[in-house]
Amino acid sequence: MTFAPFLIPLTALLLSLALFGVFVSLAGADALAVYHSIYRGAFGTWFSWQNTLVSAAPLMLTALCTALPARLGLIVIGGEGAVVLGGLAAALTGLALIDTNAWLALSGMALAAMLAGGLLIGLVGWLRHSRNVNETISSLLFNYISIAILSFLVIGLLRDPETLNKPSTHHIGESHMLGALGETSIHWGFAYGVIACVILWLLYKRTTFGFAVDMIGGNLRAARLSGLPVGRNIFLVCLMGGAAAGLAGMVEVAAVHGRANTSLNAGYGYEGILIAFAARHHPLAIIPMAILFGGIRAASGLMQRDHDLPDATGLVLQGMIFILLLASEAVFARLALNKGSKA
Amino acid sequence: MKNTKLDMQQDYAIDQSRRGTLKGLAGLGLGALAGGLGIGNAVAASKVTMGFLYVGPRDDYGYNQAHFEGKSAIAKQSWIKAVDQENVPETIAVQKAMESMINLDGAQVIFPTSFGYFDPHILKIAPKYPDVMFLHCGGLYDANKHPKNVGSYFGYIDEAVYISGIVAGHTSKTGKLGYIAAIPIPQVLRNINNFTMAARSVNPKITVQVVFTGGWSNPVKEAESANSLIDQGVDVLTCHVDSPKVVVETAEKRGVFSCGYHADQSKLAPKGFLTGAEWNWSKIYLDYATMIAKKQKIPNLIRGGFKEGLVKSSPYGKVVSAKAKAHADKVRAQFMKGDFVVYQGPIKDNTGREVIPKGKSYGQTDYWLETMDWLVEGVVGKTKG
Repeated sequence: MTFAPFLIPLTALLLSLALFGVFVSLAGADALAVYHSIYRGAFGTWFSWQNTLVSAAPLMLTALCTALPARLGLIVIGGEGAVVLGGLAAALTGLALIDTNAWLALSGMALAAMLAGGLLIGLVGWLRHSRNVNETISSLLFNYISIAILSFLVIGLLRDPETLNKPSTHHIGESHMLGALGETSIHWGFAYGVIACVILWLLYKRTTFGFAVDMIGGNLRAARLSGLPVGRNIFLVCLMGGAAAGLAGMVEVAAVHGRANTSLNAGYGYEGILIAFAARHHPLAIIPMAILFGGIRAASGLMQRDHDLPDATGLVLQGMIFILLLASEAVFARLALNKGSKA
Repeated sequence: MKNTKLDMQQDYAIDQSRRGTLKGLAGLGLGALAGGLGIGNAVAASKVTMGFLYVGPRDDYGYNQAHFEGKSAIAKQSWIKAVDQENVPETIAVQKAMESMINLDGAQVIFPTSFGYFDPHILKIAPKYPDVMFLHCGGLYDANKHPKNVGSYFGYIDEAVYISGIVAGHTSKTGKLGYIAAIPIPQVLRNINNFTMAARSVNPKITVQVVFTGGWSNPVKEAESANSLIDQGVDVLTCHVDSPKVVVETAEKRGVFSCGYHADQSKLAPKGFLTGAEWNWSKIYLDYATMIAKKQKIPNLIRGGFKEGLVKSSPYGKVVSAKAKAHADKVRAQFMKGDFVVYQGPIKDNTGREVIPKGKSYGQTDYWLETMDWLVEGVVGKTKG
């Protein structure tokens, strides 16, 4: 039984790879060669590993945005909006602190980004709790609003006139950029992601707050009756989820672009939803899932180049893994149920 | 003063190249390691390996397809190996994709074709691989600021847009033309202005109504804008978005004329298609490949229009009159000779302000034109809001 939590997803993974092999064969490619390309592009060399980990970095943070509220029974899909607003807030703070030292600037940027993303998703939680607004719909719509705010500001008010044909804010300054981990090409965003996943796991696992959250998610009425501050906890959990995604936006600005522009809206938020579900909303399981999906992202290029497959092939593989993982969960639950009834 | 600045620049260049070398050596080590493990890609020494990156799908009937067609044309040569990747976002993903082409495919030259790939992505990766050439589509290269292994190429497609404008001017019956554009940046404004001035050279009463959709790929808004322009009496539509497919198809469905952009859309509108402004990338890609094969130095900046073979017009549609063809062909011949100046004063913008006084003119290569932030008289629309 103790191996089951690992064995079942692993079987699902192998099954989806087999299914994917059939799919690429039908598309006219050599399945074995495609597997080799995936391996080579995602995990085959240290270079590929770095690619994979860099791709995984923002996904861990955006996955938390869906995974944390999911423990309350809420389905929040506003990671994209939180990334965008987080990035925007980070760029603005970075510009305000451009004359200070790098530490201060980066801390300020991280805080501002977490606050911006956190408040956005916090608002989603508040609307759910006090106004009974469906959190899935509201968070989805907030994505569009956030992207529109970003475009409006970078094309207008905040635009650096030097960025003629790609409207962006001013640059936060080369010396204030977030560097790489040691000698690698992996930026600090990866470390942030791992640390955030571990801390939030500890919070859920080891604190009364985590217990309260699970209780609210398990039975809202019981939680209310036991006097738990339901509204406050919903707000706090959403705040943390949004803060994680906001931090991903800050990393995009501070480690990659140096400015805020529409490249912040690159789909990390949406892919995070997938990872959160694939990881069954378990903060620690998010880490390997993000690495797996990051690896597929990294390998997708090689699949195109070596085998003339379209870009969507990577998405097909992601989709197969996702569906089989979720299906395996259902199968697992039924097995457990059968066992229970026999006993 | 001047000397100090130069010295500083040289020092900087040396420092850059030293760092580049060190990193290059590290890269070699990695390559050797990969080779040793049997996973390196052995590339025949004589082949020129070229890597292409597109921001959208290869078959978008637009910007990305134009590059893909260029790549496909040269990939037929036996001495060229061309690899490509579509839908690469303007994030760290493009940096990784470029590095992957270099490390895993052995690419000697990289063509990141989207405008937003340049800063910071190319500028960050190029110093790491001093032996690889990074040629960016967009004309952003500045010899004083950028690494030596970076270059850019771009076409004066506004020349071909001017030709479309002439044909549109001859064809329109209502005197109302429509332009659906992504965002008000200089490149886009220049195309709109060229189109307008060309149409008004045929009939000075023509107006061009502009709608900005706010994004490069926004099919729903593009269709809405097309419909609303047609409802207002516009009878020739053109656009500057990544994929003109929606606009051209909507025009055809509603029975009005259309001019294409980026690639050839004549198939999408067999009845109402007039002509279009197209890139002709296969020529420049073959030129680059030849230079690499012959180990010639690659120029850092290549720009050109009709004369240099970088742009072309789509074939005329059935409805284009002989008079329109003759007029358009005449102006194109002048562009080919290089003696046609579009921006010749006096030119007023659409608020009545004189932007180019009488007697003053700006030639095709003038940098001032690349900072354009106004719309010419005859355009209905605003650059802001």
